[in-house]
Amino acid sequence: MNDMVGIVIVSHSKDIAKGTADMVRQMVGSEVRVAFCGGNPDGGLGTNVPGIIEAINSAWSAKGVAILVDLGGAETNSEMAVEMLEPERRNRVVVCNAPIVEGAVMAATEAAGGSSLEQVRAVAEELAAN
Amino acid sequence: MTMQPELFKSLVKAAAEQVIASAAELTALDQAIGDGDHGANMKRGFEAVLGKLDAIGAQPLDEALKTIGKTLVMTVGGASGPLYGSFFMAAGEALARKQLPDDLADVFGSGVGAVSARGRSHAGEKTMLDVLIPIQETLKAGAGSPDLIERVRSTASEAAARTAPMQATKGRASFLGPRSIGHIDPGARSSCVLINAVCSTLEAQQ
Repeated sequence: MNDMVGIVIVSHSKDIAKGTADMVRQMVGSEVRVAFCGGNPDGGLGTNVPGIIEAINSAWSAKGVAILVDLGGAETNSEMAVEMLEPERRNRVVVCNAPIVEGAVMAATEAAGGSSLEQVRAVAEELAAN
Repeated sequence: MTMQPELFKSLVKAAAEQVIASAAELTALDQAIGDGDHGANMKRGFEAVLGKLDAIGAQPLDEALKTIGKTLVMTVGGASGPLYGSFFMAAGEALARKQLPDDLADVFGSGVGAVSARGRSHAGEKTMLDVLIPIQETLKAGAGSPDLIERVRSTASEAAARTAPMQATKGRASFLGPRSIGHIDPGARSSCVLINAVCSTLEAQQ
Protein backbone atom coordinates (compact mmCIF):
# COMPACT_ATOMS: atom_id res chain seq x y z
CA MET A 1 0.00 0.00 0.00
CA ASN A 2 2.80 2.35 0.90
CA ASP A 3 4.98 1.68 -2.14
CA MET A 4 3.18 4.03 -4.54
CA VAL A 5 3.56 7.81 -4.77
CA GLY A 6 0.50 9.55 -3.30
CA ILE A 7 -1.47 12.18 -5.23
CA VAL A 8 -2.89 15.43 -3.81
CA ILE A 9 -5.28 17.62 -5.79
CA VAL A 10 -5.54 21.31 -4.81
CA SER A 11 -8.19 23.46 -6.46
CA HIS A 12 -9.86 26.76 -5.56
CA SER A 13 -13.15 24.86 -5.81
CA LYS A 14 -14.01 21.90 -3.62
CA ASP A 15 -16.21 20.55 -6.44
CA ILE A 16 -13.33 20.60 -8.93
CA ALA A 17 -10.94 19.02 -6.42
CA LYS A 18 -13.40 16.27 -5.51
CA GLY A 19 -14.44 15.71 -9.13
CA THR A 20 -10.82 15.36 -10.20
CA ALA A 21 -10.17 12.86 -7.39
CA ASP A 22 -13.28 10.90 -8.47
CA MET A 23 -11.99 10.74 -12.05
CA VAL A 24 -8.59 9.52 -10.88
CA ARG A 25 -10.15 6.78 -8.77
CA GLN A 26 -12.41 5.65 -11.62
CA MET A 27 -9.68 5.67 -14.27
CA VAL A 28 -6.73 4.45 -12.21
CA GLY A 29 -8.36 2.53 -9.37
CA SER A 30 -8.12 2.92 -5.65
CA GLU A 31 -4.68 1.43 -5.00
CA VAL A 32 -3.02 4.87 -5.32
CA ARG A 33 -3.68 7.16 -2.37
CA VAL A 34 -5.51 10.26 -3.60
CA ALA A 35 -6.46 13.19 -1.36
CA PHE A 36 -7.90 16.55 -2.30
CA CYS A 37 -8.37 20.02 -0.89
CA GLY A 38 -10.59 22.77 -2.29
CA GLY A 39 -11.82 26.08 -0.90
CA ASN A 40 -10.58 28.69 1.55
CA PRO A 41 -10.73 28.23 5.35
CA ASP A 42 -14.35 29.49 5.34
CA GLY A 43 -15.44 27.07 2.62
CA GLY A 44 -15.63 29.67 -0.17
CA LEU A 45 -13.55 29.62 -3.35
CA GLY A 46 -9.82 29.67 -2.58
CA THR A 47 -7.15 27.42 -1.16
CA ASN A 48 -5.90 26.92 2.35
CA VAL A 49 -2.62 25.78 3.83
CA PRO A 50 -3.92 23.69 6.77
CA GLY A 51 -6.22 21.78 4.39
CA ILE A 52 -3.34 21.11 1.99
CA ILE A 53 -1.12 19.83 4.84
CA GLU A 54 -3.97 17.53 5.91
CA ALA A 55 -4.35 16.21 2.35
CA ILE A 56 -0.59 15.58 2.10
CA ASN A 57 -0.73 13.63 5.38
CA SER A 58 -3.67 11.59 4.18
CA ALA A 59 -2.05 10.72 0.81
CA TRP A 60 1.38 10.22 2.42
CA SER A 61 3.62 7.47 1.09
CA ALA A 62 7.26 6.70 1.82
CA LYS A 63 7.84 7.26 -1.92
CA GLY A 64 6.50 10.78 -1.64
CA VAL A 65 3.53 12.84 -2.76
CA ALA A 66 2.84 14.68 -6.04
CA ILE A 67 0.56 17.74 -5.85
CA LEU A 68 -1.54 18.95 -8.79
CA VAL A 69 -2.89 22.51 -8.61
CA ASP A 70 -5.15 24.82 -10.60
CA LEU A 71 -4.57 28.62 -10.49
CA GLY A 72 -1.78 30.72 -8.92
CA GLY A 73 -2.91 30.81 -5.29
CA ALA A 74 -3.20 27.02 -5.24
CA GLU A 75 0.44 26.77 -6.28
CA THR A 76 1.66 29.40 -3.78
CA ASN A 77 -0.33 27.86 -0.92
CA SER A 78 0.84 24.35 -1.85
CA GLU A 79 4.49 25.44 -1.86
CA MET A 80 3.93 27.08 1.54
CA ALA A 81 2.31 23.89 2.89
CA VAL A 82 5.29 21.81 1.71
CA GLU A 83 7.71 24.16 3.48
CA MET A 84 5.77 23.78 6.70
CA LEU A 85 6.26 19.99 6.74
CA GLU A 86 8.99 18.45 8.87
CA PRO A 87 12.39 18.78 7.10
CA GLU A 88 12.68 15.04 6.44
CA ARG A 89 9.38 14.95 4.52
CA ARG A 90 9.76 18.28 2.72
CA ASN A 91 11.96 16.99 -0.11
CA ARG A 92 9.59 14.11 -0.79
CA VAL A 93 6.71 16.32 -1.93
CA VAL A 94 6.60 18.07 -5.31
CA VAL A 95 4.17 20.56 -6.87
CA CYS A 96 3.73 19.56 -10.52
CA ASN A 97 3.57 22.14 -13.28
CA ALA A 98 0.72 20.41 -15.15
CA PRO A 99 -2.99 20.82 -15.93
CA ILE A 100 -4.92 19.67 -12.88
CA VAL A 101 -7.26 17.01 -14.29
CA GLU A 102 -5.01 15.50 -16.96
CA GLY A 103 -1.99 15.86 -14.69
CA ALA A 104 -3.69 14.06 -11.81
CA VAL A 105 -4.79 11.16 -14.01
CA MET A 106 -1.39 10.80 -15.66
CA ALA A 107 0.48 11.12 -12.36
CA ALA A 108 -1.76 8.53 -10.68
CA THR A 109 -1.38 6.14 -13.62
CA GLU A 110 2.39 6.44 -13.39
CA ALA A 111 2.30 6.10 -9.60
CA ALA A 112 0.17 2.94 -9.85
CA GLY A 113 3.05 1.30 -11.75
CA GLY A 114 5.33 1.84 -8.77
CA SER A 115 7.35 4.68 -10.35
CA SER A 116 9.49 7.10 -8.35
CA LEU A 117 8.33 10.61 -7.40
CA GLU A 118 10.56 12.13 -10.08
CA GLN A 119 9.09 9.83 -12.78
CA VAL A 120 5.54 10.63 -11.66
CA ARG A 121 6.28 14.34 -11.80
CA ALA A 122 7.96 14.08 -15.21
CA VAL A 123 4.98 12.27 -16.76
CA ALA A 124 2.53 14.87 -15.41
CA GLU A 125 4.72 17.76 -16.54
CA GLU A 126 5.08 16.42 -20.08
CA LEU A 127 1.46 17.54 -20.49
CA ALA A 128 2.43 21.15 -19.83
CA ALA A 129 5.29 20.95 -22.35
CA ASN A 130 3.00 19.92 -25.22
CA MET B 1 15.70 44.85 20.35
CA THR B 2 13.75 47.40 22.30
CA MET B 3 10.17 48.26 21.63
CA GLN B 4 7.54 48.48 24.31
CA PRO B 5 5.06 45.62 24.04
CA GLU B 6 2.14 48.04 24.27
CA LEU B 7 3.45 50.07 21.33
CA PHE B 8 3.96 46.95 19.21
CA LYS B 9 0.45 45.73 20.06
CA SER B 10 -1.01 49.10 19.09
CA LEU B 11 0.82 48.96 15.73
CA VAL B 12 -0.47 45.47 14.98
CA LYS B 13 -3.97 46.41 16.08
CA ALA B 14 -4.05 49.56 13.94
CA ALA B 15 -2.70 47.76 10.86
CA ALA B 16 -5.17 44.91 11.24
CA GLU B 17 -8.15 47.19 11.85
CA GLN B 18 -7.25 49.42 8.93
CA VAL B 19 -6.93 46.52 6.48
CA ILE B 20 -10.22 45.05 7.75
CA ALA B 21 -11.90 48.45 7.26
CA SER B 22 -10.48 48.54 3.71
CA ALA B 23 -11.86 45.12 2.74
CA ALA B 24 -14.53 46.50 0.42
CA GLU B 25 -12.04 48.77 -1.37
CA LEU B 26 -9.51 45.93 -1.78
CA THR B 27 -12.21 43.64 -3.12
CA ALA B 28 -13.32 46.26 -5.64
CA LEU B 29 -9.73 46.65 -6.87
CA ASP B 30 -9.35 42.87 -7.08
CA GLN B 31 -12.63 42.50 -8.98
CA ALA B 32 -11.20 44.79 -11.64
CA ILE B 33 -8.05 42.76 -12.32
CA GLY B 34 -8.10 39.62 -10.14
CA ASP B 35 -10.62 37.20 -8.72
CA GLY B 36 -12.25 39.58 -6.25
CA ASP B 37 -11.28 37.85 -3.02
CA HIS B 38 -8.39 40.01 -1.75
CA GLY B 39 -10.51 42.07 0.67
CA ALA B 40 -12.28 39.06 2.18
CA ASN B 41 -9.03 37.10 2.41
CA MET B 42 -7.10 39.89 4.12
CA LYS B 43 -10.04 40.52 6.46
CA ARG B 44 -10.13 36.85 7.49
CA GLY B 45 -6.37 36.76 8.04
CA PHE B 46 -6.12 39.96 10.06
CA GLU B 47 -9.20 39.10 12.13
CA ALA B 48 -7.32 35.95 13.12
CA VAL B 49 -4.29 38.11 14.00
CA LEU B 50 -6.49 40.41 16.15
CA GLY B 51 -7.85 37.32 17.91
CA LYS B 52 -4.30 36.47 19.00
CA LEU B 53 -3.28 40.04 19.84
CA ASP B 54 -2.69 39.45 23.55
CA ALA B 55 -0.59 36.35 22.91
CA ILE B 56 1.34 38.19 20.18
CA GLY B 57 1.95 41.13 22.50
CA ALA B 58 3.36 38.80 25.16
CA GLN B 59 5.98 37.32 22.81
CA PRO B 60 9.46 38.68 22.07
CA LEU B 61 9.26 40.83 18.96
CA ASP B 62 10.92 38.33 16.59
CA GLU B 63 8.60 35.54 17.74
CA ALA B 64 5.61 37.87 17.55
CA LEU B 65 6.35 38.67 13.90
CA LYS B 66 6.62 34.96 13.14
CA THR B 67 3.29 34.28 14.85
CA ILE B 68 1.65 36.99 12.75
CA GLY B 69 3.12 35.46 9.59
CA LYS B 70 2.09 31.94 10.44
CA THR B 71 -1.42 33.08 11.33
CA LEU B 72 -1.78 34.79 7.95
CA VAL B 73 -0.45 31.71 6.12
CA MET B 74 -2.97 29.49 7.86
CA THR B 75 -6.05 31.69 7.55
CA VAL B 76 -5.94 33.99 4.50
CA GLY B 77 -6.90 31.39 1.89
CA GLY B 78 -5.37 33.05 -1.17
CA ALA B 79 -1.88 33.70 -2.53
CA SER B 80 -1.66 36.79 -0.30
CA GLY B 81 -1.52 34.47 2.75
CA PRO B 82 1.84 32.90 1.90
CA LEU B 83 3.10 36.24 0.51
CA TYR B 84 2.32 38.40 3.56
CA GLY B 85 2.99 35.40 5.80
CA SER B 86 6.47 34.96 4.36
CA PHE B 87 7.14 38.68 4.83
CA PHE B 88 6.43 38.57 8.58
CA MET B 89 8.09 35.19 9.15
CA ALA B 90 11.30 36.26 7.38
CA ALA B 91 11.30 39.65 9.13
CA GLY B 92 10.94 37.87 12.48
CA GLU B 93 13.73 35.49 11.54
CA ALA B 94 16.00 38.41 10.64
CA LEU B 95 15.10 40.40 13.74
CA ALA B 96 16.43 37.62 15.97
CA ARG B 97 19.91 38.58 14.75
CA LYS B 98 19.43 42.36 14.38
CA GLN B 99 18.82 45.49 16.41
CA LEU B 100 16.07 48.06 16.01
CA PRO B 101 15.93 50.82 15.05
CA ASP B 102 19.40 50.66 13.44
CA ASP B 103 18.69 47.59 11.32
CA LEU B 104 15.08 48.39 10.44
CA ALA B 105 15.79 48.61 6.70
CA ASP B 106 17.60 45.26 6.79
CA VAL B 107 14.84 43.53 8.73
CA PHE B 108 12.21 44.96 6.39
CA GLY B 109 14.41 43.94 3.45
CA SER B 110 14.49 40.33 4.65
CA GLY B 111 10.71 40.32 4.53
CA VAL B 112 10.71 41.85 1.05
CA GLY B 113 13.22 39.23 -0.14
CA ALA B 114 10.94 36.45 1.12
CA VAL B 115 7.94 37.91 -0.75
CA SER B 116 10.01 38.09 -3.91
CA ALA B 117 11.18 34.48 -3.54
CA ARG B 118 7.72 33.14 -2.65
CA GLY B 119 6.04 34.87 -5.60
CA ARG B 120 9.06 34.48 -7.92
CA SER B 121 8.46 38.15 -8.67
CA HIS B 122 10.45 41.37 -8.95
CA ALA B 123 9.89 45.13 -9.13
CA GLY B 124 7.75 46.47 -11.95
CA GLU B 125 5.40 43.49 -12.27
CA LYS B 126 2.39 45.27 -10.68
CA THR B 127 2.45 43.52 -7.31
CA MET B 128 2.82 44.35 -3.62
CA LEU B 129 6.58 44.40 -4.23
CA ASP B 130 6.09 47.67 -6.10
CA VAL B 131 5.19 49.23 -2.75
CA LEU B 132 7.43 47.15 -0.47
CA ILE B 133 10.67 47.69 -2.43
CA PRO B 134 10.38 51.52 -2.55
CA ILE B 135 9.62 51.52 1.19
CA GLN B 136 12.70 49.45 1.87
CA GLU B 137 14.73 52.00 -0.14
CA THR B 138 13.20 54.90 1.79
CA LEU B 139 13.96 53.18 5.11
CA LYS B 140 17.55 52.72 4.02
CA ALA B 141 18.08 56.21 2.60
CA GLY B 142 16.19 57.96 5.38
CA ALA B 143 17.54 56.04 8.38
CA GLY B 144 17.75 58.36 11.37
CA SER B 145 16.05 61.23 9.56
CA PRO B 146 13.47 63.13 11.67
CA ASP B 147 10.84 63.02 8.92
CA LEU B 148 11.27 59.30 8.17
CA ILE B 149 7.67 58.40 9.04
CA GLU B 150 6.28 61.05 6.71
CA ARG B 151 8.67 59.93 3.94
CA VAL B 152 7.61 56.30 4.34
CA ARG B 153 3.97 57.27 4.23
CA SER B 154 4.28 59.29 1.05
CA THR B 155 6.48 56.63 -0.55
CA ALA B 156 3.75 54.04 0.10
CA SER B 157 0.94 56.13 -1.38
CA GLU B 158 2.96 57.23 -4.41
CA ALA B 159 4.25 53.72 -5.06
CA ALA B 160 0.77 52.19 -4.87
CA ALA B 161 -0.54 54.80 -7.32
CA ARG B 162 2.36 54.04 -9.69
CA THR B 163 1.08 50.44 -10.10
CA ALA B 164 -1.98 51.73 -12.01
CA PRO B 165 -0.23 52.31 -15.35
CA MET B 166 1.78 49.08 -15.05
CA GLN B 167 0.87 45.96 -16.96
CA ALA B 168 0.70 42.88 -14.72
CA THR B 169 3.05 40.04 -15.57
CA LYS B 170 2.65 38.06 -12.33
CA GLY B 171 -0.38 36.67 -10.55
CA ARG B 172 -3.96 36.42 -11.71
CA ALA B 173 -3.96 39.93 -13.16
CA SER B 174 -1.37 38.85 -15.75
CA PHE B 175 -4.11 36.85 -17.52
CA LEU B 176 -5.63 40.20 -18.50
CA GLY B 177 -2.47 41.41 -20.27
CA PRO B 178 -2.83 45.05 -21.33
CA ARG B 179 -6.32 45.19 -19.78
CA SER B 180 -4.67 45.17 -16.34
CA ILE B 181 -3.41 48.69 -17.09
CA GLY B 182 -5.29 51.54 -15.41
CA HIS B 183 -6.08 49.81 -12.11
CA ILE B 184 -4.11 50.00 -8.86
CA ASP B 185 -2.85 46.57 -7.87
CA PRO B 186 -4.87 45.24 -4.89
CA GLY B 187 -1.77 43.81 -3.17
CA ALA B 188 0.08 47.10 -3.60
CA ARG B 189 -2.92 48.88 -2.10
CA SER B 190 -3.17 46.52 0.91
CA SER B 191 0.56 46.99 1.56
CA CYS B 192 0.01 50.76 1.46
CA VAL B 193 -2.93 50.48 3.90
CA LEU B 194 -0.83 48.47 6.37
CA ILE B 195 2.12 50.87 6.15
CA ASN B 196 -0.08 53.95 6.52
CA ALA B 197 -1.72 52.51 9.62
CA VAL B 198 1.68 51.87 11.20
CA CYS B 199 2.87 55.40 10.28
CA SER B 200 -0.26 57.05 11.72
CA THR B 201 0.05 55.12 14.97
CA LEU B 202 3.73 56.03 15.33
CA GLU B 203 2.97 59.70 14.64
CA ALA B 204 0.25 59.71 17.27
CA GLN B 205 2.79 58.40 19.80
CA GLN B 206 5.22 61.23 19.19
